[in-house]
Amino acid sequence: MDVLNALALLANFVIVPALAYGAQLALGALGVTLIYAVLRFSNFAHGDLMAFGTMVVILVTWGLQSLGASLGPLPTALLALPFGILVAVFLALLTDRWVYRFYRRQRSAGVVLVMASVGVMFVYNALVRFVIGTDEQRFEDGARFMIRVNDFKAWTGLDQGVAVRGSQVLTLAVMIVTVAALFWFLQKTRTGKAMRAYSDNEDLALLSGISPDRVVTITWILAAALATIAGTLYGLDKSFRPFTYFQLLLPIFAAAIVGGIGNPLGAVAGGFVIAFSEVMLTYAYKGVLAYVLPASWQPAGLVQMLGTDYKFAVSFIILVIVLLIRPTGIFRGKVL
Amino acid sequence: MTFLTGEAMTGGYGGADILHACTITVDRGEIAVVVGPNGAGKSTAMKAVFGMLPLRSGRVLLDGRDITGLTPQERVRAGMGFVPQTSNVFVSLTVEENLEMGAYIREDDFSGTMEQVYALFPILRQKRRQPAGELSGGQRQQVAVGRALMTEPRLLMLDEPTAGVSPIVMDELFDKILDVAATGIAILMVEQNARQALAIADRGYVLVQGRNRYTDTGEALLADPEVRRAFLGG
Repeated sequence: MDVLNALALLANFVIVPALAYGAQLALGALGVTLIYAVLRFSNFAHGDLMAFGTMVVILVTWGLQSLGASLGPLPTALLALPFGILVAVFLALLTDRWVYRFYRRQRSAGVVLVMASVGVMFVYNALVRFVIGTDEQRFEDGARFMIRVNDFKAWTGLDQGVAVRGSQVLTLAVMIVTVAALFWFLQKTRTGKAMRAYSDNEDLALLSGISPDRVVTITWILAAALATIAGTLYGLDKSFRPFTYFQLLLPIFAAAIVGGIGNPLGAVAGGFVIAFSEVMLTYAYKGVLAYVLPASWQPAGLVQMLGTDYKFAVSFIILVIVLLIRPTGIFRGKVL
Repeated sequence: MTFLTGEAMTGGYGGADILHACTITVDRGEIAVVVGPNGAGKSTAMKAVFGMLPLRSGRVLLDGRDITGLTPQERVRAGMGFVPQTSNVFVSLTVEENLEMGAYIREDDFSGTMEQVYALFPILRQKRRQPAGELSGGQRQQVAVGRALMTEPRLLMLDEPTAGVSPIVMDELFDKILDVAATGIAILMVEQNARQALAIADRGYVLVQGRNRYTDTGEALLADPEVRRAFLGG
């Protein structure tokens, strides 16, 4: 019984939140990795593209709510998501047209594109703050909980309950569907294969008649869609603040690099690795140990390895370790 | 009039010319081989024919049509297939996907062509679900040639197809190239292994410093004592 209680406690505070967070990071990292694979640069504006897409989703959600639209138990944001994706795709393509295309035609080095993306990041950043402000926005509606703590306790008779929020289940479900669709697209469709071919060997792709403009356009569409989905899910699960999305850049890059940048499978794996490390290292295990250790061995402290304030240090340390020991990442992506 | 004529091609990558009035021709079903010492402009001549080198003078004719102004991509559509010397396969794509990408510009059903490629290179059928990067050097070259054949070119250009493969694999590759020529495709090939390549060549070109030095049938070049002494090591 004690072991079950410990597991329930762990599930409630570590496993369930980390799964949802990992799914959000995975979706963000997929966008970064796709841009890297095809356009060959690390897109620093990805976090703020997420913020921009999410902002549009929030604005449309408010509009829909004032019109009385609702999805019942599901959040209205799901209804607004396609609009957010559309506007984010438009912004991404416009940016490519106005900024990145120039450097591509100049055949600029990757680092020049990275610096350009830092500039784009500040512009997006300002745009979002100008429109929606810097404050926190909550836009989750519908049923908040799938499983409530008290219900769980009543069903199982345990002292510890597990709460599962609707947004967490939704995050995982949407992530699985999105990733499956993306992998199907990349593996099975002619356009997806052309994208992989272009990423693999640009010159040979040109020789085969694959149009770079088309590949680049499709890559931006996918990246912007993934960014908006990831941002909306994160906002539903936690809350929306432009600054938080800017900060998300670090764990997202860490996830992409740990998995192997340029490799979509790696981005998904990396997302979960980073999320679990972050949550597990900042969780206080005192409560869990109280169930599994004999009374005389009870720890006096919280048994927390790192304060939650340091959670970004976790991704940073993992990033540095991976770059030192295995720069190609888990799934052998391209070396940065 | 031969099927392909690269006529008095002169040009270089800006600055000094590399090719000087170099002429290369090949007819349907024939194999033309370009040999010569290092730096003779063999690969450059190939690039000139394929439109990857700006020409200052001279022209390229394919089937009587002047294609001098076309880009490499347009030349592929016009019926030329090109196998580069290095990075000539998509290493992360499977063998079958490599062939599909070769046929990317085709809107029609290309399964028949793929069958022909598999018939020509049976090992590729066996390995068709494997990433091309996991294959041996000789098998990779077969993928590279197969990829170029997917557009059903009338002229196939090979830049040192046997670079870095063992002598046994080299013989095997030359046999395959003879098979391809037998289907009526014109083949233009640059080779380091001059002796073996000239042995299967209908036309041989010995280039020196971007100029035609000797031009004859492969057999005649192999028999020419001067060519033997200067370029084939006795």
